[in-house]
Amino acid sequence: MEHNGLRRVSSSPHIRAEHTIASMMLEVVIALVPAAAAAVYFFGWRALIIMSVSVASSVAWEWVYNRIAKKPQTIGDLSAVVTGLLLAFNLPVTVPVLIPIIGSFLAIVLVKQFFGGIGANFLNPALAARAILMVSWVGYMTGSAFSAAVRGVEMVAATTSATTAATGAVDAVTAATPLAMAGNYSLVQLFVGQCAGSLGEVSKLALLVGGIYLIVRRIISWKVPVLMIATVFVAKWISSGSVNDALYAILSGGLFLGAFFMATDYATSPVTSTGRIIMGVGCGVLTFVIRELSPMPEGVSYAILIMNLAVPLIDRYTKPRVYGEVKRHA
Amino acid sequence: MAMLALPSDGGAKNGEVLGLKRTLISRRGVHPHEAGGGKRETGTKPIERAARPSVVAIPLTQHIGASCKPLVKPGDKVLLGQKIGEPDGFMSVAVHASVSGVVKGIQPRTLPGGQRADAIVIESDGLDQWDPSLKGADDLRDPAKLIAMIREAGIVGMGGAAFPTHVKLSVPKDRPIDYMILNGAECEPYLSCDHRVMLEETEEALDGLEIAAGIVGAKRKVVGIELNKPDAIEAMRKAAEGKGIEVRALKTKYPQGGERQMIEALTGRQVVSGKLPMDAGCVVINVSTAAAISRAIRKGLPIVERVVTVAGAVKEPKNLRVRIGVDIESVIEQAGGAIEGANKIVLGGPMMGLSGYNPNTPITKCIGGVLVMVDRGKADRPRGNCIRCGKCVAACPAGLMPLDLYALSNKEFYERARDERSLADCIECGCCDYVCPSKLPIVHFIRVAKHAVTRK
Repeated sequence: MEHNGLRRVSSSPHIRAEHTIASMMLEVVIALVPAAAAAVYFFGWRALIIMSVSVASSVAWEWVYNRIAKKPQTIGDLSAVVTGLLLAFNLPVTVPVLIPIIGSFLAIVLVKQFFGGIGANFLNPALAARAILMVSWVGYMTGSAFSAAVRGVEMVAATTSATTAATGAVDAVTAATPLAMAGNYSLVQLFVGQCAGSLGEVSKLALLVGGIYLIVRRIISWKVPVLMIATVFVAKWISSGSVNDALYAILSGGLFLGAFFMATDYATSPVTSTGRIIMGVGCGVLTFVIRELSPMPEGVSYAILIMNLAVPLIDRYTKPRVYGEVKRHA
Repeated sequence: MAMLALPSDGGAKNGEVLGLKRTLISRRGVHPHEAGGGKRETGTKPIERAARPSVVAIPLTQHIGASCKPLVKPGDKVLLGQKIGEPDGFMSVAVHASVSGVVKGIQPRTLPGGQRADAIVIESDGLDQWDPSLKGADDLRDPAKLIAMIREAGIVGMGGAAFPTHVKLSVPKDRPIDYMILNGAECEPYLSCDHRVMLEETEEALDGLEIAAGIVGAKRKVVGIELNKPDAIEAMRKAAEGKGIEVRALKTKYPQGGERQMIEALTGRQVVSGKLPMDAGCVVINVSTAAAISRAIRKGLPIVERVVTVAGAVKEPKNLRVRIGVDIESVIEQAGGAIEGANKIVLGGPMMGLSGYNPNTPITKCIGGVLVMVDRGKADRPRGNCIRCGKCVAACPAGLMPLDLYALSNKEFYERARDERSLADCIECGCCDYVCPSKLPIVHFIRVAKHAVTRK
């Protein structure tokens, strides 16, 4: 026997599951395909351009950063592709092409790589970038940016411009947001995606399909998305006393996108089972509070960003019970 | 209090499977794959008797505890089954000649754990003459006598732990034992030696269980077998009829056969951290160990051979009954030899087994598997960042946060790993490592941390 060939030594275990970071990120990309397709369907080919630019520049920024910082190249893990796609999903179709390029720099370099790369960032890269873009280029990110024609809904543009004319430019920023316009659509339109909004958030149907795929493939836990959406539903139901209003609340804005694809981001959500329950409910409560009580147009992204900051604390106080551990204060 | 009462989800979630009570693993775990030949391949193959070796090397340490003192010197003639190593202290068991022949010397060998230790090398005379002084017990009523016989027969946990069985069975009077458990889970992928023992040595395994239950005064006798071995469940159930032994099917999930996991799955109890199973009213023995107990008590036979699954990247995976002290190289050769490209030998199962880098390493009592594997090294373990996916937390049967233990150990915060993240409660089952998408060597870093805190 050829013994020299059998001398490798390693620590157990000697077998490993086949999945890798790249294969899990690929699953997320697959899950985002329906929503991307819906974006192209509802907003036209410009949606595809924005998404492509965002993905390409995200990957490019990560590549460039790793080169300059002399770090091992990590673009193969596909997480930059996911970040790029999610960033594009948060932009209106009318943004100049420069916006996703700047946004992906903020997401990848500022939020992710500066803090140690994948897994080490404490804010969701795409959402943090969106928040910075929002305050930097208000005009591109909100208001009339959303009044671009949505296939099959001509009245949107008309309503919005009427509002803009009537209330003046400042109010238009808040009034003409997708959320404020939600009442213009039927629940079915909101669900399918025939409504104004940023690229990836309009079709709740497509997001739901992708989200269920991720849950079935065990890439994400059901807890965060289901509890986040349920919390918003229940809170609105109680506060308004109307199931219809509650349905409008969960189907409008970016709740589905945030719940399935943003609040579940690995690096910025809890790893414990109980922690994920807190994350889901916390995101839901904050979304509701921001929507109802603040002048801000939409609460989902800030709700998630705030909860991101609480994640280390949540993990620390929701450690699972250790096998055989005796309660200290029995 | 020694044992914890748990909510009902910890115990028997009953469903009727194969007409038996089915029990779920109470906590987490994983479903390891079996690339390149696993249980299905060897589980259906009857045990084959390996060729009689011309020479064996019997290590004086084949158990956890003190090494034996040699009773023979070079040139001595020995008989099969003759005691050649005298136990030294309570945590020590005897070793025996596994062939008849002549002692060639006492030489160092690399043991499965990697350490070098003395072994008695015996050249076989080809006759396999049994030591005529070996006799079974004529009275089964005196537990102390039976425990002494078990120790004299060199019996240790054959499931892999090599814990001296007489120590396990020496239960102080103030610890009532409710459950005597026979562990037939065999949850490690690839291995099927216990599976075959349950099929081919059914009566002996159950007899060993009854003897052990008698020694510890157990109220109930339970056998736990994973659902992926329906033929073994069936055979054991038939043989157990009328003996007051419950045979329970367990969900196929690693590490179902871990001692503490099995206790929880079958009884709903947890063994308190740092305590022994007997403190929770349970004693667990492996099926091969039980069969060895039966042979020791009924016939006076010591452990001179055991069933070993030879699988993985070998040409003819099989179950072999091999003599203790045979080198692993000849065992692999009897399974057709290694397939080209194989580069690693694993002794035990793929989840917890040890790397056997020396082909001259002798088979010891606790080695149930010799696996030949293909390890692509860095290609299989790129070691990226932890992405905090939480899969390790969900998989950990001990309820730990492996990602934190890894990070703390990596930064050499060993005391914090011990004090804040229950380092000592890790059973090193490998579930976290197995599921990690970043392929981080989590268990290895936990071992490093454990070593660092115990050294101080």
